[in-house]
Amino acid sequence: MLRFVHRWPGLLAALLLSLLALSGATLSVFPAAERLAAPQAVSGQSVADLASRIQAAYPGVEQIRRAPSGQITAYWFDNGQPGAAVIDPATGQAAGSADPNQTLRWLTNLHRSLFLGDGGRLTMAAGAAMMLVLCLSGALLVVRRTGGWRRWFAHLRGPLAGRLHVEIARIALPALLLSSLTALWMTASTFGLLPEGDSTPAFPTEVSGQIDAPLRDMPLLAETPVSELRDLSFPYAGDTTDVFSLTTAQGSGYIDQGTGATLAWADLSGWQRAYETIYMLHTGQGAAGLGLLLGLMALGVPTMAVTGVILWLAGRRGRPRIRHNVAPGRADTVILVGSESGTTWGFAATLQAALSAQGHSIHVAPMSSFLPDRYARAQRLLILAATYGEGAAPASAKGFLDRLKRLPARPGVALAVLGFGDRSFPAFCGFAGQLAETARARGWQELIPYDTVDRQSSQDFARWGRALGTALGLELELAHVPVIPASLPLSLISRRDYGAEVQAPTAILRFALPPRSLWCRLSGRGFGRFAPGDLLGVLPEGSEVARFYSLASGCRDGFVEIAVKKHPGGLCSAQLMALQPGDSVRAFIRRNPDFRPGPGKAPLILIGAGTGVAPLAGFLRGNTRHRPACLIFGLRHPDSDFLYREEFATWQQDGRLTRLLPAVSRGTAPAYVQDLVRREGPELARLIRDGARVLVCGGREMASGVTTALAEVLAPFGTTPTDLKAEGRYVEDVY
Amino acid sequence: MKPLLTTLALTTALTAPAIALARPVTFTTAMTNYGGDGAYLAYYVTDASGAYVGSLWMAGGKSKYYKHLTDWYRATGGDTAEINGITGASVGAGRQLEITLDLADALFDAGYTLHIDAAVEDMRDSPNEIAVPLTAQGAGSAVKGRRYIADFTYKY
Repeated sequence: MLRFVHRWPGLLAALLLSLLALSGATLSVFPAAERLAAPQAVSGQSVADLASRIQAAYPGVEQIRRAPSGQITAYWFDNGQPGAAVIDPATGQAAGSADPNQTLRWLTNLHRSLFLGDGGRLTMAAGAAMMLVLCLSGALLVVRRTGGWRRWFAHLRGPLAGRLHVEIARIALPALLLSSLTALWMTASTFGLLPEGDSTPAFPTEVSGQIDAPLRDMPLLAETPVSELRDLSFPYAGDTTDVFSLTTAQGSGYIDQGTGATLAWADLSGWQRAYETIYMLHTGQGAAGLGLLLGLMALGVPTMAVTGVILWLAGRRGRPRIRHNVAPGRADTVILVGSESGTTWGFAATLQAALSAQGHSIHVAPMSSFLPDRYARAQRLLILAATYGEGAAPASAKGFLDRLKRLPARPGVALAVLGFGDRSFPAFCGFAGQLAETARARGWQELIPYDTVDRQSSQDFARWGRALGTALGLELELAHVPVIPASLPLSLISRRDYGAEVQAPTAILRFALPPRSLWCRLSGRGFGRFAPGDLLGVLPEGSEVARFYSLASGCRDGFVEIAVKKHPGGLCSAQLMALQPGDSVRAFIRRNPDFRPGPGKAPLILIGAGTGVAPLAGFLRGNTRHRPACLIFGLRHPDSDFLYREEFATWQQDGRLTRLLPAVSRGTAPAYVQDLVRREGPELARLIRDGARVLVCGGREMASGVTTALAEVLAPFGTTPTDLKAEGRYVEDVY
Repeated sequence: MKPLLTTLALTTALTAPAIALARPVTFTTAMTNYGGDGAYLAYYVTDASGAYVGSLWMAGGKSKYYKHLTDWYRATGGDTAEINGITGASVGAGRQLEITLDLADALFDAGYTLHIDAAVEDMRDSPNEIAVPLTAQGAGSAVKGRRYIADFTYKY
């Protein structure tokens, strides 16, 4: 619901809000520029002194105005000709042109009304209202994502678009909230929806009938400092019934032109003061610094609009369309999905369609949108959960386990958990297992026993479906056809073979970058942008399940490169190892945005063994800004499986690689990467204290060995690999 | 227009219904290229003693800006009842405003003066931009404005 409230106004208003924000940001510069350009006021000067000086210079003066920036403008009428100038308060003489700035006027009209009069004003006000809705719903979404108001600035993970969207939002949010609220107030005031609270005193009915009292003898003018002045209007020449009208920051009143006496005075009303404050907060006039800050924050809006649209498109692509999804309050069955890469959604869609066909009303939602209070008619909860990394919650299930731990079991609601994973991982279905455990411990009624689906197996899923059908008294056949990601043929350009002598045939395969049409680019299909560390999903002939390889190149390199080791009986590695230049395989890109060197100049500690060195080589290839980089590379024999040996030598010479530490496991003094980590401990610890990022790629055992070794190395310094991981400075790509 | 006709009926003690002695009068106001947003213009009439009699037209729809039409505002206290039903859009720089009103014959050659106050956002207020006596003889001849109005003509 919250997402819905955030998404649709955002998509609808993305262009309008970008226009509002850009014009607003440009406008914010003007008050500051005017403040700098305005002649400096004389401290302690009275309005009487200023007006006398101006009157001496321009005897026909009719009106003196002071802008919030301090700029003073005088208007006069001499010999039938109107004149105006910006005045230097020290001399009363002209110091610049008073002609209105046409750019400012154009921008102002664009910003407040799109040049469309009242209709445009209402459109822009609707834009401000949408901004308000987006700010509030966005704030709640940030809190939900980071896990609480206190964690507002917590470290973010996930694809760049999503991170950028939230990073900008949590900084710019207060400013955008202020700008949209003040905009709505100003519109309401313009359309007369707020009381004006006009406090102008009634025009005096009795005046002295005399004229030409010296300005310096008028007590009100003498008492009022120039800094308080807003407007001073002179009486008409020759009209003895007319008076001086003075408006200040405090109020307004009239002065007799013959005696100089104050004839009437009224303070500003509360509404007027409120309006002036709000006007200042919105325009920055009178608060130029604040205006610049608001303008700067507004610049984030176009970026958020673009990233927001990208997020929406990516979300649409990532999961199948669920047809006839029933509202949470009307569903008898709620399916909750915890998916990292989106494949679990396909199973959820199959399940939903099959149960709906049997007359059930189903609500499908990501686990992050778990709304137990809204499930008024639900009799069962079906949880389909993948696992992220080593037993962690996948992206769409963050925080779910904690909520389940706090939530008492609901009588009359039965629960079933189905885990999705890959048996080759030690933490197979770790997260789903924890869920099932917790549900049991909290006393939830179990609909059917906890079960798992290995590697997207349609058979496993169908088996679980039959068990579910039996529990529900239905014939339930779940025929799941896995959604195969859109793949493209990749043609091999070159291969370099290693490791045959040490019984580890390995190859670096380089493919041509497939050409990409404009439509593919716009719709985000085909090979988009990719970077070293992202994954290449290869679809071997005779299987619908992709195998993933870490990329050793980015799209900027102009080719697609991976390292492959032949596994005994491995379907995909055998096919890849048999490729000759000119042959092709079908493949697609899966982003892996957490496994990146990240921006900045912090040193890099790269640790990898075997083919795990491929993405690390990719990072080094891209290290043209010469960040200090230390590579610990585990191999069997330097004469046989030293992948990237020539490149490493070149990169050491040109500064892309600072230190290369090979850990050779066969030979006279065998060593593994974790041994080198221990040996180089003090140096690594020093780099880490200097802010280094650690990137580890390779097999699971090697990775846990490295973690253990690093824990020993870092222990004397009071930090742990776990702390580094929490900061996002220690990332792994493990297979 | 009603406020003015009613006022006239009272102040000039006309015995015949005012409408019987009315005729269409066209006001043509040409604006200069003053380089600002649309101007607010208040058209109103004072009698021979300079006292406010009534309003004829208000160009500009937002009452919060009326206080910048200083003379009109002073005379009416900003009472929008004075211009109920006789309000139009503001007039852009370089544009021309033409309004035709049914005015009582008794308004002409009886010492009444037509005033136009003008104001533009972020520019000077210009009360009494035009002050022209309403006479049969003066009809058709252009009067120059002070700042925003290039010239003004009334015709019947």
